[in-house]
Amino acid sequence: MSVALDITLCALILGVGWASVTGQGVFRAVIFFITYGLLLAIAWARLGAYDVALAEAAISAGLTGVLLLAAYGRLRRLNAGAEPPIAVNLPAAVVATGIAAGLVWAWFALPAPTAPDLSEVLPQSGVGNPVTAVLLNFRAWDTLLESIILLAALIGVWMLARDDAWEAPLGLPYHARPGGVLASFGRVLPPIGLIFGVYLVWAGADTTGGAFQGGTVLAAVCLVTMMAGILRAPRVAQPAWRAALVLGPGVFLLSGLAGALFAQGFLGLPPDLAKPAIVTIEAALTVSIAVTLVLLVIGPPDDGGHVA
Amino acid sequence: MSLSVFALTGAALVGLGVYGLLARAHMLRRVIAFNLIGSGLFLFFGAAAARSTDVDPIPQALIITGIVVALSTSALAVGLVVALARSTGKAYLPDDEGGA
Amino acid sequence: MIALIAGLTLPLLAALASIALPLRARVPAALLGVALTLIASLWLAVEVWHNGPVALLLGGWPPPIGIALQADGLGAALGVMTALVMVGVALAARVELAPSVAGARASFGFWPLMLLLWGALNAVFVSRDLFNLYVGLELITLTAVALVAISGKAQAIAAALRYLLFALAGSLLYLAGVVLTYAAHGTLDITLLATRAPAPGDALALGLMTAGLLAKTALFPFHVWLPPAHSAAPAPASALLSALVPKASLLIVLRLWFEAMPDLAAPSALLVLASLGAIAVIWGGVLALVQKRLKLIVAYSTVAQLGYVFLVLPLAGGDGAAQPWAAGAWTGGIFQMLSHGLAKAAMFLAAGIYLAAVGSDRLGDLRGQARALPMTGFAFALAAVTLMGLPPSGGFTAKYLLMTAAFASGQWAWAFVLVGGGLLAAAYLYRPLAALFAREVARTPRPISRLWQAVPLVLAALSIALGLLSAVPFDFLQIGRPDQAAEGL
Repeated sequence: MSVALDITLCALILGVGWASVTGQGVFRAVIFFITYGLLLAIAWARLGAYDVALAEAAISAGLTGVLLLAAYGRLRRLNAGAEPPIAVNLPAAVVATGIAAGLVWAWFALPAPTAPDLSEVLPQSGVGNPVTAVLLNFRAWDTLLESIILLAALIGVWMLARDDAWEAPLGLPYHARPGGVLASFGRVLPPIGLIFGVYLVWAGADTTGGAFQGGTVLAAVCLVTMMAGILRAPRVAQPAWRAALVLGPGVFLLSGLAGALFAQGFLGLPPDLAKPAIVTIEAALTVSIAVTLVLLVIGPPDDGGHVA
Repeated sequence: MSLSVFALTGAALVGLGVYGLLARAHMLRRVIAFNLIGSGLFLFFGAAAARSTDVDPIPQALIITGIVVALSTSALAVGLVVALARSTGKAYLPDDEGGA
Repeated sequence: MIALIAGLTLPLLAALASIALPLRARVPAALLGVALTLIASLWLAVEVWHNGPVALLLGGWPPPIGIALQADGLGAALGVMTALVMVGVALAARVELAPSVAGARASFGFWPLMLLLWGALNAVFVSRDLFNLYVGLELITLTAVALVAISGKAQAIAAALRYLLFALAGSLLYLAGVVLTYAAHGTLDITLLATRAPAPGDALALGLMTAGLLAKTALFPFHVWLPPAHSAAPAPASALLSALVPKASLLIVLRLWFEAMPDLAAPSALLVLASLGAIAVIWGGVLALVQKRLKLIVAYSTVAQLGYVFLVLPLAGGDGAAQPWAAGAWTGGIFQMLSHGLAKAAMFLAAGIYLAAVGSDRLGDLRGQARALPMTGFAFALAAVTLMGLPPSGGFTAKYLLMTAAFASGQWAWAFVLVGGGLLAAAYLYRPLAALFAREVARTPRPISRLWQAVPLVLAALSIALGLLSAVPFDFLQIGRPDQAAEGL
């Protein structure tokens, strides 16, 4: 029964993925891609990886989807959204099949796994959720660099602004119709989303959730509030927003250095202080992740002007 | 059995993504294809990690990191596509025009 | 230990400060970060010299649970070279990326991007974990692509997008190899992997990772993205992109083939990689020969110069690792990475001076500039001596060591590549040199400060000094070298 369910699910995933690559029209491809992400999140839940399921739904389907939709909107305004019909590309198909076949071969050839034994070290990590323990304690260096990658992407996106628009607010000028659906939605949703986002971060220590998933939900809340016209898009020059961007990586780095001075080394957390330290780092990270994601989605400073 | 289904789906998604990356020239399409490859690889990885008797959280953590990295690169890629279209009027790289 | 941690964290902290601080404090904070990180990098090298490789378990967790770092001679030497280039770039960028010259946008973005790139490079130089290396590579890619696009010109945007496409394809190939490696071995630690029994998927994993890294290193036939990307950036950014960025992926190639999976280094695979390197040396040189702009000549020369490093694989890898000539070949390859970094940074920074002085980098417009700006002309000439591999430069030591190993191992075909590549370099660098040292002056240059002119000169002089004082760096690079048992020639 469950195998039949998994086969159906995978068939759906493949079908939607196929449509997003080979179907007609870029807009439909984006919609198929968002659906694909949501189906994939179900697959992760079937595999018992609930943290990944949440990340896939919130980050891959949700935020990447919004990014693609926003970009498609801008491309259409620039008359660059269209795509001529294409023929089947045989060499590409051969390469693609070869790579997929290599992975299939590897799956059946792989030896039995030898997972590292974490049962002894998990109690010292300070948190009950083993994935959070890996992300914020055992492999904190990866996570620290990853939070900095988000920041680097944002600086990169800002570099794509036109020079004469640099002082303008971030993102395209946007106006919600007063009293419209979005405007009222924008007043109702934020409190609920805020609570859910904060819960995800707090719960992440011991069950499913975490800074990246929680930060994504908070980012979504912030975006809706901006689209409703309640919160205004900032400018690069506003220091509070820039401070919020560096808060998380900054706290993470400084706590890592504190570990080098007072505990078992760089990024080390003494077992009895690990839980409060991880919650503090996650809280700071959540703020920065949420702000960075919002600014990534709304894009570089833009005064709406065009260059011919 | 189920694990093999997911692993082989992952492999097929990688193949689909590679095809999209090579065969489609519209840059948003390529960003989507790139995300398919990444998520296919992760699905393969997740299935491989689920083979061990007790759950190994390390692959899950690596995959979450990978998802965030993919989002970051997608954001910069999408920004570049829009900037390219603004300066040239096209969402194609100079040599790949026409979409074939 | 403290130096290692400082080298990793200081550039990142300075980057965060340069984002958050108000306009006035931004550049001083960045420059303070540059100075402190330089000290940390030099200090780490001294520590490695005295006490051998410096190892660190992050958070105190040993692999396979946590991530291990280790600064060996190779990593620390690349760290010092990076620090020297960064200092030069920072001094040049103070002028070239000032808000009044480059605009508020580029002058805001350059400092955090440069510092984040430095942090990522230092992280990659010492990491022992294949996934951590992936994260570091991605940070390098994002900052490097942003640096290509920073000028805002349409050409630069297209070059950046093409670069990102290649880099992302490379990342995914590398990631596929990482996934297969973890699925087979349950660890990603290079030291642990070297002790594991080989698994059937290992060759595929190594092949995928190597292919991905080659795309990022721009080895032939993946080189097409490099010249437009490197030449489209402002000169200080070009210097970072050409001198430093490819070294990260190149280093991981060496780590994989010499340290993580040395027993998979079949002679045929090594031959293929070295042949691609040889083709890159020749083809990159030929393409450099037909360019009309200085920055494009310098960029195509990067394609050629990186190719030499792959000759290390058959000369010091696989069965050759235990041979007496292995130490020389290994060190020759790394000398090439170091001297190319210094010389290439000097050349791009010199090109930046010419762009500021005469507003063009077309060879015709540069005629006679050595007379007008003698320090810069001399810097370019010194850097050219290194790239041609003439004595007594670091480039000469590199090629001499590789050549000796090629003859000692009986693989004399590589010697032809070394000689041919040197002749080609002499040919493609003769044209800009002839233009610069021409008698008549094509354009009267704007005045350039002596301090600014001194920057490329010092870097070029360092690339020569590397050859003059080659004994110390030679011994330094043996520290922590895989297969140390073998005595050098």
